[in-house]
Amino acid sequence: MSVVQKGADGLGRGIDDRLGSSNFVRRSLNKVFPDHWSFMLGEIALYSFIILLLTGTYLALFYTPSLSEVVYDGSYIPLKGVTMSEAYASTLHISFDVRGGLIMRQIHHWAALLFVASIAVHLMRVFFTGAFRKPREINWVIGVGLLVMAILEGFAGYSLPDDLLSGTGARIASGIMLSIPVVGSWAAFLLLGGEYPGTELLDRLYIAHVFIVPLAILGLITVHMMMIWYQKHTQFPGPGRTEHNVVGSRLYPVYAAKAGGFFFLVFGVLALLGGLAQINPVWLYGPYDASQVSAGSQPDWYIGFLDGSTRLMPNWEFYLGGYTLSLNVLLPTVVMPGLIFTAMALYPWIEAHFITKDKRAHNLLDRPRDVPTRTAIGVASLTFYIVLLIGGGNDVIASIFNISINQISWVLRILCIVGPPIAFVITKRICLSLQKSDEHLLHHGIESGTIRRLPTGEFVEETVPLPAQYRLNLTRVAGDHEAIEGGHGDPGYDLEAVGHAEAPRSKGFFRPKGVSRVDPEQAERTEVGALEPSGKPGSPPQ
Amino acid sequence: MNSTATVRKRRKQLSSYAVVLLALSLVGTLYTAFGAPEGQAQDAPANQSMAVKEGRELYLTGCSTCHGLNLEGGSGGPSLIGVGASSVVFQMESGRMPLAAGTQQAPRKPVKYEISEIDQIAAYIQANGGGPELPSADNADLADGDLQLGGALFRTNCASCHNFAGSGGALTYGKYAPELKSASARVIYAAMQSGPESMPRYGDNQLTPEEKRAITRYVRYLTQEADNPGGAGLGRYGPISEGLVAWVVGITALVGLTLWIGARA
Ligand code: HEC
Ligand code: HEC
Ligand code: HEM
Repeated sequence: MSVVQKGADGLGRGIDDRLGSSNFVRRSLNKVFPDHWSFMLGEIALYSFIILLLTGTYLALFYTPSLSEVVYDGSYIPLKGVTMSEAYASTLHISFDVRGGLIMRQIHHWAALLFVASIAVHLMRVFFTGAFRKPREINWVIGVGLLVMAILEGFAGYSLPDDLLSGTGARIASGIMLSIPVVGSWAAFLLLGGEYPGTELLDRLYIAHVFIVPLAILGLITVHMMMIWYQKHTQFPGPGRTEHNVVGSRLYPVYAAKAGGFFFLVFGVLALLGGLAQINPVWLYGPYDASQVSAGSQPDWYIGFLDGSTRLMPNWEFYLGGYTLSLNVLLPTVVMPGLIFTAMALYPWIEAHFITKDKRAHNLLDRPRDVPTRTAIGVASLTFYIVLLIGGGNDVIASIFNISINQISWVLRILCIVGPPIAFVITKRICLSLQKSDEHLLHHGIESGTIRRLPTGEFVEETVPLPAQYRLNLTRVAGDHEAIEGGHGDPGYDLEAVGHAEAPRSKGFFRPKGVSRVDPEQAERTEVGALEPSGKPGSPPQ
Repeated sequence: MNSTATVRKRRKQLSSYAVVLLALSLVGTLYTAFGAPEGQAQDAPANQSMAVKEGRELYLTGCSTCHGLNLEGGSGGPSLIGVGASSVVFQMESGRMPLAAGTQQAPRKPVKYEISEIDQIAAYIQANGGGPELPSADNADLADGDLQLGGALFRTNCASCHNFAGSGGALTYGKYAPELKSASARVIYAAMQSGPESMPRYGDNQLTPEEKRAITRYVRYLTQEADNPGGAGLGRYGPISEGLVAWVVGITALVGLTLWIGARA
């Protein structure tokens, strides 16, 4: 043993003697994380966030959140000698005169767009697989909080450069605040430190953007991760996988290697985008000036649905005894998102109480087709959202495809009302027919391609039964797993309850009779590393 | 109507015009010979009248079917009396005229005429009813303005329709403000002077010639010279195209990589 090794050993033991941490570390390194590509989607959000923190810190070194006027004297010729705010001048400075400034700005902005986008993709994964069900409702709510925070963070950042675009955005935001009855004007006054544009807005947005919101996100992510740690990750049903175990790779080395590599892949994609594709060329927008506005003044995509809802909203405004009630702004930008995010946060309980009536805990995931109502609700909501998003870009669409902006608006107005129900019905149908075809596969096997002639002269194609592993994926019934693995799981599934009204007709097949159910909450889930194929469900990890 | 009859009638009309024109040019020649001040200017009107004459010829073959033999307009197009030379330069140099039938807003097309021919038609139309006229026929001269002033004026006056980068934008009911990428300095200047379609006309008291030159300079700079750092411009439609790229390129790539990593256990 070398001196260094000895020293390290001694140090390790010294720490361990005092903190008793090696047990914790060993247990942690041996933690098992299930393998499925879709479980890595949340990580994209995590890594984008880390990249946002890194690039944002660099930008903060050079950015000045001040509205005081300066005369620009940097290297962008068309604005030389133009009077502008210090905030805008410092953004130009970062873009043209700070080494690596522009690529940092661009990576930061692309990372912001992809941060929210990857949150959305992750959310869809969690939704459509039913990962939000008991006992993970709280983590779902935290997730909704993270989504809202990410949107706020993006909006605050978008407003910092004080160029024409961001100024227009801030102005619209203050208009939205003013539309809130009774408290609106007070809130706006308080936030802006006076009438629009006020003197305080930029300072406050800056503090929110670099300190308050990131800290809140960081805190929420920490809780989010800790809950995944303690509740353990969900998994799809499969051989040896039950409600009570976790089958997958150990955190160290397999999962850590994967995750570490993945970080650099995400970073690589963001760096490529930042280096190859221009984003928010602030120098073209010019300094903010209340008398100017550009065509195509749009928010970043994650605010686009609010822009769309405002554009599609009929122009309702009422005057009540000296007060103006601007429903045309209030409904689409305050009431609607408020309702959407509340409904989203409450969805796990809404589903358990009104849709599946399944209030039990679940560690095994659903396939979307097996819960048609949930899947249909998801697709209908997405349809509504996408219609609003398209509405937010109606002018650009009109100009690119040469169609009338008024026609687009009317089509979208109709679509945002009739689209979701249509999407709901179609999705449900598709789910049910997919279920049927699964059922067919299970009963009749796969067509083998071999034609046999029967003694009667009839030709039939021979079928082979599905391999056990695929059959398991289709049935998702833990009872079958036992048969194959000899483990002691429990079904934990009651397809009739989950699929509710749409449960397939052949109930007997999908729901093995006479298997006792154990409440997964009561039982501690064991972890089974995929590295030990012999690892029986139920045996403790080494 | 019998077509030979039409042709004959038109020819008759033409010959009567030719007589008038001949008389006019005679007067012009006499004027230059005896009355005009010496020097350079001496042959300018002669050139001018030559241009008018040639312009008239071109007009009669290319435009009169819609705008009438006397610029008076007709069922096919509006009267061109008083629209001025700049309107002609704008419409022709951007390829909008002669019109291809059946469009809601005359689109830009490849230009069929030489610049000299356009100037001749412009001179002819200018000579009949007057109207705004380019202060110079030279692109470089028209774009000789202050870049910074031009930028500010562009954002105040033009960006609301043509977008911050001149990428164009939609107006109501299928109308649109086109992108400015292909506009020459003459077309830009003439557009401000003539105010085509739903674009406002900027007279010299709204935007002085100096300011118009500044704007022209800025638009040319923006669309031709500016070296825009930071990579592909994505059409410069603003956050919409950026959001689209984030999803179509970014998320697709990332989810693809997730699938790839997920597949290697
Ligand atoms: C097929 C019919 C047609 C032909 C041929 C045609 N024009 Fe036009 N022109 C129109 C119409 C219609 C408009 C008005 C609508 C528009 O601007 O889109 C117009 C508008 C114009 C204007 C703008 C008038 C204004 O109010 O400023 C000018 C200048 C013009 N034409 C010049 C010409 C010239 C020069 C030619 C020949 C090279 C020509 N046009 C050929 C149909 C025609
Ligand atoms: C109200 C909206 C509006 C404003 C403001 C406006 N334009 Fe336009 N512009 C238009 C429309 C519409 C057209 C298309 C006219 C046509 O098709 O005949 C146009 C056409 C043009 C063209 C011709 C483009 C081409 O090459 O095809 C130029 C150049 C132009 N505008 C420059 C300007 C400048 C410079 C300003 C500011 C001083 C300005 N515009 C302000 C609406 C606008
Ligand atoms: C800052 C944003 C977010 C980050 C960084 C993040 C990160 C993660 C990560 C790394 C995981 C584990 C891997 C995975 O299942 O993908 C996870 C799981 C989870 N996330 Fe998020 N997430 C974010 C936002 C959200 C949102 C918006 C929701 C839903 C509204 C959500 C709900 C959940 C749930 C319920 C789980 C547990 C999934 C399971 O165990 O199957 N998260 N998150």
